[in-house]
Amino acid sequence: MHQLTIAEIIRGLRDKQFSSVELTSHYLERIQQLDSQFNSFITVTSEQALNEAAAADARLAQGDAPALCGVPVAHKDIFCTNGVRTSCGSKMLDNFVPPYDATVIDNFQQAGAISLGKTNMDEFAMGSSNETSFYGAVKNPWDVERIPGGSSGGSAAAVAALLAPGATATDTGGSIRQPAAMTGTTGLKPTYGRVSRWGMIAFASSLDQGGPITRTAEDAALMLSVMASPDAKDSTCLDRPVQDYTAHLNDSIAGLKIGVPSEYFGEGLDSEVGARVQDALKEYEKLGAELVEISLPHSKLAVPAYYVIAPAEASANLSRFDGVRYGYRCENPADLRDLYMRSRGEGFGEEVKRRILVGSYALSAGYYDAYYNKAQQVRRLIKQDFVDAFDKVDVIMGPTAPNPAFKLGEKNADPVAMYLEDIYTIATNLAGLPGMSIPCGFAHGLPVGLQIIGNYLDEARMLNVAHQFQQASDWHQQTAPAAE
Amino acid sequence: MEWEVVIGLEVHVQLATQSKIFSGASTAFGADPNTQACAVDLAMPGTLPVPNEEAFRFAVMFGLAMNAEIGKRSVFERKNYFYPDLPKGYQTTQLEQPIVGKGQIEIHLEDGSSKTVRLHHAHLEEDAGKSLHDAVFDTGHGMSGIDLNRAGTPLIEIVSEPDMRSAAEAVAYLKKIHSIVTYLGISDGDMSQGSLRCDANVSVRLKGEEELGTRTEIKNLNSFRFIEKAIKVEAQRQIDLIEDGGKVVQETRLYDADKNETRSMRSKEVANDYRYFPCPDLLPVVLSDEYVEQIRGDLPELPDAKCARFEKEYGLSAYDADQLTQERPTANYFEQVAAKSGEAKLAANWVMGELAALLNREEKSIEQSPVNAEHLAGLIARIKDGTISSKIAKQVFEAMANGDGDADAVIEAKGLKQVSDTGAIEKLVDDVIAASTAQVENYRNADPDKRPKMMGFFVGQIMKASKGQANPQMINKILKEKLDALL
Repeated sequence: MHQLTIAEIIRGLRDKQFSSVELTSHYLERIQQLDSQFNSFITVTSEQALNEAAAADARLAQGDAPALCGVPVAHKDIFCTNGVRTSCGSKMLDNFVPPYDATVIDNFQQAGAISLGKTNMDEFAMGSSNETSFYGAVKNPWDVERIPGGSSGGSAAAVAALLAPGATATDTGGSIRQPAAMTGTTGLKPTYGRVSRWGMIAFASSLDQGGPITRTAEDAALMLSVMASPDAKDSTCLDRPVQDYTAHLNDSIAGLKIGVPSEYFGEGLDSEVGARVQDALKEYEKLGAELVEISLPHSKLAVPAYYVIAPAEASANLSRFDGVRYGYRCENPADLRDLYMRSRGEGFGEEVKRRILVGSYALSAGYYDAYYNKAQQVRRLIKQDFVDAFDKVDVIMGPTAPNPAFKLGEKNADPVAMYLEDIYTIATNLAGLPGMSIPCGFAHGLPVGLQIIGNYLDEARMLNVAHQFQQASDWHQQTAPAAE
Repeated sequence: MEWEVVIGLEVHVQLATQSKIFSGASTAFGADPNTQACAVDLAMPGTLPVPNEEAFRFAVMFGLAMNAEIGKRSVFERKNYFYPDLPKGYQTTQLEQPIVGKGQIEIHLEDGSSKTVRLHHAHLEEDAGKSLHDAVFDTGHGMSGIDLNRAGTPLIEIVSEPDMRSAAEAVAYLKKIHSIVTYLGISDGDMSQGSLRCDANVSVRLKGEEELGTRTEIKNLNSFRFIEKAIKVEAQRQIDLIEDGGKVVQETRLYDADKNETRSMRSKEVANDYRYFPCPDLLPVVLSDEYVEQIRGDLPELPDAKCARFEKEYGLSAYDADQLTQERPTANYFEQVAAKSGEAKLAANWVMGELAALLNREEKSIEQSPVNAEHLAGLIARIKDGTISSKIAKQVFEAMANGDGDADAVIEAKGLKQVSDTGAIEKLVDDVIAASTAQVENYRNADPDKRPKMMGFFVGQIMKASKGQANPQMINKILKEKLDALL
């Protein structure tokens, strides 16, 4: 049953091949049996899931089932869940139980989906390996000695290990696409503002965007159709109606113009990864697409600009974790200053502290112009690169990450090497564009991701392009050995 | 050496919006602690601000009333600092692109002169909560309480240029701001509840000097009287310091009303680096010309316009018109009395005289006045038609203030109607002349020039005998005739 895609589950539930309770129980059992190897969940909400499944079965029986009625999913532990601990992967929020649901959670509930639990993640979504979590590293189901990518490593590993058919995730600099690439799953980061950020704990507000990780593009379309919505509670959320993202999956892509940026195939790219991406591009040509060489000249500035803007925003976003109203508070504070220093000193991990320091520095008097302002200028140039490119092409393709999954602990000593893992994904966040990663083969025996970057609000086309590839290939159907 | 005081004010005005600037929680004053603070106000993880349109409208109204440029594109920034009553660890405020730009207003001083004070800018921001250090929270562990009801209340911070040259000018400016915001109805202006708060930047320099002296900032002045006293005492402190060979240090100071002195709070040199940057949760707010013009069209008549109209329409002096128009409820009250009584000048005198004294005595606002405008107009009508004298009118007014009904009811009940019957007055005059032989003799022997002055004695006696009710003009006429007949 765990081999089923979301699309198949929806059909199976409606055709009464199985009930939501059966399906949900099956996933809960798998999580209980297998997840000790992967550590992909922080919290499993078995009782709630089974109650929700029973209610879904009743609705299915009555025939008034909404889109994802009875479909179990997992949620990244960054989305606030009413009454269920939401830790954001941090000791700081280990005791935090929100009294409200994120809009994304609410949307899934309205659509009848079942929540299996909350998935592991890098602390406050800061990381590319899922090693910064207070709850321990997540292991890659393809090789448990390797990282699953981050920060949505728990969601990606859970889907790759077939512990959930789909999971929510968030992407600030690649945190959906890079783990999807590392685990052979399909991940989609929508246009900035397409998915509400209400109740999604902020890392870098101008870059954060929620999206799904699934096994197929079709499932990503099904999940995104539910996840995306206008939201009066988020001023940056786009006030545009949500498309039915499944409607154009089967459109022909003959004549599609695919931009291939030369900057994404240069130094630093693993040659086998590069070869798999080239193979995928050839496959697209067979499907009738045309490859157009393009240039995104400011690409190499994306990582440095990002590592000023994201920490700057984070340094302010994380100020609210002060030990005063909720979350971790140190024992026996001597005075206010001691309360602040020890609550934050003890509650945050090393990577979070590093980014708060970097961000505070970049915003300091005398450095603001040299760092923050300069980074914002670079951001505009990067965005303009894409705007110019999309005058000529329909989508842009390249590798999602320069390397396949590396070993746990391999890059911990070198933050910059870790940051470079996001070199191809960060620019789309800076530009606010949608991006996907889909499996396109193996390098060194590990999954490789093909990145598809779409134009603003062009998620439907991006999904169409991804789905057509998956109709012609079976990379997405490969399952990790440990999932069996 | 002659010194000049230079003052600039930063005034914080709480806007009277229904809900907070970035959340739906109520802004009403006086609720139990933390009952008007929602997840956004508590800065719970994942919560986001949504701007309150009403706060923008109020700020634009203020800007237009201040003859100021309106920021068609305004940007919120985060001002970062840690404090327990600042839940997010930053205040959402405006810095580079405020909603209200440069402007200017005219202030009126007690000597009748006017002066223009320039507005540097005014910006929208959120108020912080309150830290409560009362004993009730201190369980022996040095604990303080936090009340976040006020957190997120919309404020406009109004920053003047350093254009004021005396404490009196500063007070006149602040009164003008108070007048404008209450006229516009965008704030209740209640200083005792912190709806209007003021920080004063004060420096001194030798008269004729171009360069400004080092300034100090006096924080949180919450009454007109304290502002005046604090500025005076701080200016004197600086003058004494410099004359003794010392130097003023740029710092924040606190005014102690009990001791009437200012004292150092913290030095600016160790002040926070606030690390301002544009708030990524809020998009720039762009106002259309139509939006601004619509607000301009809906503005009520403002104090200066009303003052000019009162002078012209009611023939009042500039001073009277200014006094009556400083507060909108007073102006409204006056206009009702003037319209109903048909006697604008008398109405003005009564509103600024007896009525003001009564309200002052009873510590009431004009809206709580025990004598309503209709009753006062009725009283004035009776003065005008000669039913009562001005003197008796004061008695009637007191009775009305005590709730004895309208003027006619009081006059009737107390029999205060003026005696204008010739026969009755002649009798009173005759009785007094008959009882005052010595004074009559003096009158007859006096120099004719002195005689009019000597009549006062007889008038007083007659008034007394009539219990003040005799018509004074008639007394004068009849008395003179009778005394002259004795010559």
